[in-house]
Amino acid sequence: MTVFEISAPAAPAPRARDGLLLRLLRQPSAAVGLTLLVLIIAMAASANLVFPDDPLDMVTQPFLWPGEDAAYPLGTDMLGRDIASGIFHGARVSLLIGAVATLVSLVIGVGTGALSGYYGGRLDAVLMRVTELFQTIPPFLFALAIVAILQPSIPTITVAIGITAWPSLARLVRAEVLKLRHGELVQASIALGASDLRIIVLHILPNTLAPVIVSASILVASAILTESSLAFLGLGDPNVVSWGGMVGAGREVLRTDWYVATIPGLAIVTAVLALNLLGDGLNDALNPKEAAR
Amino acid sequence: MSDPVLAVERLNISFHTRRGVLRAVRDLSFHVERGETLAIVGESGCGKSITALSLLGLVPEPGRVEGDAVRLEGRNLLALPEAKLRRLRGARIAMIFQEPMTALNPVLTVGEQIMEAILEHEKVSRAAARDRALALLERVRIPDAKRRFSDYPHRLSGGMRQRVVIAMALALSPAVLVADEPTTALDVTIQAQILELIDELKRENGTAVVLITHDLGVVAEHSDRVLVMYAGRKVEARATADLFARPLHPYTRGLIAARPQPGGGRARLAEIPGTVPSLFAMPAGCAFAPRCAVAEPACGVAVPPLMPAEDGAVACIRAGEIHVPEPAREALRA
Repeated sequence: MTVFEISAPAAPAPRARDGLLLRLLRQPSAAVGLTLLVLIIAMAASANLVFPDDPLDMVTQPFLWPGEDAAYPLGTDMLGRDIASGIFHGARVSLLIGAVATLVSLVIGVGTGALSGYYGGRLDAVLMRVTELFQTIPPFLFALAIVAILQPSIPTITVAIGITAWPSLARLVRAEVLKLRHGELVQASIALGASDLRIIVLHILPNTLAPVIVSASILVASAILTESSLAFLGLGDPNVVSWGGMVGAGREVLRTDWYVATIPGLAIVTAVLALNLLGDGLNDALNPKEAAR
Repeated sequence: MSDPVLAVERLNISFHTRRGVLRAVRDLSFHVERGETLAIVGESGCGKSITALSLLGLVPEPGRVEGDAVRLEGRNLLALPEAKLRRLRGARIAMIFQEPMTALNPVLTVGEQIMEAILEHEKVSRAAARDRALALLERVRIPDAKRRFSDYPHRLSGGMRQRVVIAMALALSPAVLVADEPTTALDVTIQAQILELIDELKRENGTAVVLITHDLGVVAEHSDRVLVMYAGRKVEARATADLFARPLHPYTRGLIAARPQPGGGRARLAEIPGTVPSLFAMPAGCAFAPRCAVAEPACGVAVPPLMPAEDGAVACIRAGEIHVPEPAREALRA
């Protein structure tokens, strides 16, 4: 008698999330974004090796154009500081602030959205009014005010960006939680006696992860942009070099030596573009319908 | 006789909406014994699913559950605070739902989900929970359970998923299993397998099963007693074999007559004329009277009380008169 093979063939089961990197690289734009991002991370990681000296030190004569002196491939600014060194070290500041500020936003936004969506009622009303309060203030001006009141330093800038960027995340998570809250999965978990905390952490949040990851990557980009803008306005941490600060400093010589502002500007554009491309790619790659193909 | 595992006494469920109070279930009483399957049947909107939810305290807002008692192993669930109720759910009374895909978490492996169901209620090590979860997968007859343990739900067929859901529900050997249309989303051959499995596990553990369904074929083969609901009320409750042999309530007779019969040819199926009355506009007397072929003026006056009939109960004032005559009954049996 033939025994029918009911179960799937014994080949190792490819899990949906295993192929994420592959699915990302299959999209040209996401591959470009990922490559650029890896490049910037490599720059940040190697900054101390390639340029061991303080990037704020004067190293040679000012206004060396890019390519004029092989030792300073990107030239020097009006104070004789090495622009290449500034770009490398600035990458660390940008990435650090972008990542940590996004983490702060994630904690506040996901927490607020999950509680609001899960419990609903009065708690939801209060939390959403607070969220709206934050949304009515333009985030950049809000961050500007916070940094101006506190001393501009890396921690204060990070926190200022973090606590102004969370409302959109809170709304996104709330909407996702609302979708799941009354679904059968949650009802079945309640019927099995699961506690609220277990339901939120185990059954709801992991299922909202895809859109959250996507918006987190965009948030990192916008945090980098906000940090650069603050630094451009002179509200950066004065003790570290930052891309925005470099652009701000170069502004005064824009008509004669435009490269001083343009090179760090291009670095900002590249980083933000890379993260946006990656976010787009993640959006497609994390889409379960795409994953099923 | 020992006390029933589950006893529902005069249960009332109402929804307070803007259009008024909607009474979904009225004065419903029933009980289930250890190792027994009680089927609750009725058409859509008759209150059977909301009754199932109320047994676990899961009636959604703005629903209100009132009544004398829902006793689970002697404890009145209606009087228990939410925290205590939560500890009973899954442990002493569990529920399986219609759609096994949406009841499972797509980002956890099936094994992990069963483990979580155990860990929620018992302080055991993860390794011990893992062993028990694996044993449960084997018990619900999942082939190659070891490998299936680390599969995600989307890799399993509908029948397999429902087996996993059953494994989760039975993880803590509950006294009562509420199954709300457990096989509606599955195809017919798988349906039979799943119901067989529930029967088997019931026999092994002595679990009492409340089976909610609208499928009379399922009722006939997999239940010991039947409760027929119509517009929120119990209209007939009988032993399964008796109900099919001698349905007493005109509604029950209509349901049974409306079943497709093997060899019935291309004849039109019998139907019950009309539709269920809106819960906002209930007729004064018997809710079934407007659709009933044997209704008389008295039916529209007062709600017929439940009267003992044979081994069960029926709520129809004409139930005594409209017995199927003996020769016809013999013909039915043949």
